[in-house]
Amino acid sequence: MEVDVLKRVPVREQDPKVRAANFEEVCLGYDKEEAMAEASRCLKCKNPQCVKGCPVNIDIPGFIKEVEAGDIEAAYHVIGKYSALPAVCGRVCPQESQCEAKCVRGIKGDAVSIGKLERFVADTAREEGIQPAPAATQNGKKVAVIGSGPAGLTCAGDLAKLGYDVTIFEALHKAGGVLSYGIPEFRLPKTKVVDQEVENVKALGVKIETNVVIGKANTIDELLNEEGFDAVFIGSGAGLPRFMGIPGENANGVFSANEYLTRSNLMKAFDDNYDTPIVAGKKVAVVGGGNVAMDAARTALRLGAEVHIVYRRSEQELPARVEEVHHAKEEGIIFDLLTNPTQIFTDDDGNVTGMECIRMELGEPDESGRRRPVEKAGSEFTLDVDTVIMSLGTSPNPLISSTTEGLAVNKRKCIVAEEENGQTSKAKVYAGGDAVTGAATVILAMGAGKAAAKGIHEFLSK
Amino acid sequence: MFKIMKKEYLANNIWLMDIEAPRVAKSCQPGQFVIVKMNEKGERIPLTVCDYDREKGTVTIVFQTVGASTQEMAEYEEGESFMDFVGPLGCPSELIGMPLEDLKKESILFVCGGVGTAPVYPQVKWMKEHGIAVDVIIGARTKDILILEEPMRKVAENLYIATDDGSYGFKGNGCDQINELVKNQGKKYTRVVAIGPMIMMKFVAMLTKELQIPTIVSMNPIMVDGTGMCGACRLQVGDEIKFACVDGPEFDGHLVDFDQAMLRQRMYKTEEGRAVLRRQEGDTHHGGCGNCNG
Repeated sequence: MEVDVLKRVPVREQDPKVRAANFEEVCLGYDKEEAMAEASRCLKCKNPQCVKGCPVNIDIPGFIKEVEAGDIEAAYHVIGKYSALPAVCGRVCPQESQCEAKCVRGIKGDAVSIGKLERFVADTAREEGIQPAPAATQNGKKVAVIGSGPAGLTCAGDLAKLGYDVTIFEALHKAGGVLSYGIPEFRLPKTKVVDQEVENVKALGVKIETNVVIGKANTIDELLNEEGFDAVFIGSGAGLPRFMGIPGENANGVFSANEYLTRSNLMKAFDDNYDTPIVAGKKVAVVGGGNVAMDAARTALRLGAEVHIVYRRSEQELPARVEEVHHAKEEGIIFDLLTNPTQIFTDDDGNVTGMECIRMELGEPDESGRRRPVEKAGSEFTLDVDTVIMSLGTSPNPLISSTTEGLAVNKRKCIVAEEENGQTSKAKVYAGGDAVTGAATVILAMGAGKAAAKGIHEFLSK
Repeated sequence: MFKIMKKEYLANNIWLMDIEAPRVAKSCQPGQFVIVKMNEKGERIPLTVCDYDREKGTVTIVFQTVGASTQEMAEYEEGESFMDFVGPLGCPSELIGMPLEDLKKESILFVCGGVGTAPVYPQVKWMKEHGIAVDVIIGARTKDILILEEPMRKVAENLYIATDDGSYGFKGNGCDQINELVKNQGKKYTRVVAIGPMIMMKFVAMLTKELQIPTIVSMNPIMVDGTGMCGACRLQVGDEIKFACVDGPEFDGHLVDFDQAMLRQRMYKTEEGRAVLRRQEGDTHHGGCGNCNG
């Protein structure tokens, strides 16, 4: 296969018109020939910048070298030293602002397609039944991990590899956290990818107990004092949805993105074989501009709705990944930018009949450095919608912090933890991921889970 | 898997089950709830804890079969298992968190209706076990659909039965019985706890506001995860939006916006479901009780 060193090997995708009506994965990934060709574009830098851009510091040139040589199993084990969830990261990491942003190849031409190569390696390993190997010896120490999302799975996997006896407690009926309930099937297939990554973590010896709400059924202190755990890692995420506080927000047909996505992803409402009801909506407004907003919008589209993204700033400030915005536009999502909702109208039965919005313009930069959106007086208009999905971010769940004595939280209710080792204000208790930072990305949570595993190991090896 | 240790038919399509769930049984308190998911493809169904046995590791649930999911649930037999059973969720009853000496100064009246009688039972039982005498009103349309009368009689100081058609006990609804006790018999209550169909709680709260008796109600709105994540269960309580799953399920009955809560209850109600309800309950079905998916 011929390679233009300045251009990345294109990756095959489902046609936008076709995929707008199904829940199959959008990106189809590389085959082996394409992957080897793309791998050959890597300069194998002596001082690789890409590794510095990766929150879990994967030896990127190391695994790409193996792909180029066609030894995918070797490539998988290189990644496995750093990441427990390569099939997930290859799909949902914002590579364009991390590893690929630093790629030297990218200074002149396209950066190497590191994410797509990682995904190819993980998918091939799954297809060929290659699994990570458990630790040779157990050290007899028990660690409890709260939450089975990216932070928890990473922390658990790393500790298991070091010989710890690890149990994950998950509040929902299924493991995976946001990977299961939040990110949709068409971006991150559940059975093929998420369940398999969870199986790989279990293959390392990690036990997962679902349906256990720590902070309710058991407290952190009970785990430490009664159930014999030597340390606890809290990776409970940032689950509480925010609302705007505008009139009509409690109307029937107004949902949090969390509810809408949980019904569709975790509870499989899009699949008629499941009992979960979902209001598909004919005309849907999704309020917000992040990745979760794009996920909710593209889910509603696939359920048959006309979908508008309503965002108060301009396209430049959209917090979602460029790739997600691009995919959303291709599929026919309508972007109503510089627009902010002011109230929601209802009929006598409490159902949404429309949403009043006001046009915005950008003023002076605010504390986030982005230009502050300001209302244009008198520009109110009504968007004719029957469903509104609020995707305004989330805040940490207080279930654990409110039931654990001595666990410090900051003014945003996030658990306070050291960045380099996850140590909290309470002895033997570590934390990381969205529970500490507030809503962020999968890979940052994984980075925090990794740091905490190291911190716990250092503490328990003393 | 969570095994069904006991199954019993109470009345009026209401079933009782003891479920083996040691972690929940160890820590649950009156006022809290659980979520049951029968199998892989089932819904997550929230149900209030109706009793628990810490020794045996079992939790008692009571549910009424109206929607498709609860009907399927009633087809499970003793010895079979539910795939998922999670809890305890929500906050324990406010009353059991009070210092006992304060509680002993209170004069409490529980008012329950329909399947709401079940979650009242553990609270009254808890009161009895802690030496606090409380009065209980059970309201029902007619005698045949009363549930838990005998267990309740054992733990209540005074049990009053009120039936709409007068087929048993006092003739009238729960509110009429409260009026009878307070206005005619001169009983003094410092607190009312009302649990039942939303329309019943609304009218009890209106009456007790007039009578100036602080009133607690237990809300059971639509929810998905039960841990604060989805926000489906949000309620207007005074000036604030509250999530029933983490802030409740019990709230100040004088502050809850019942009309909005009843509208929200209807969100996923289908034409078919409405037809089933009309057939079963005739013109007495008001909808929105939260326990029957109506």
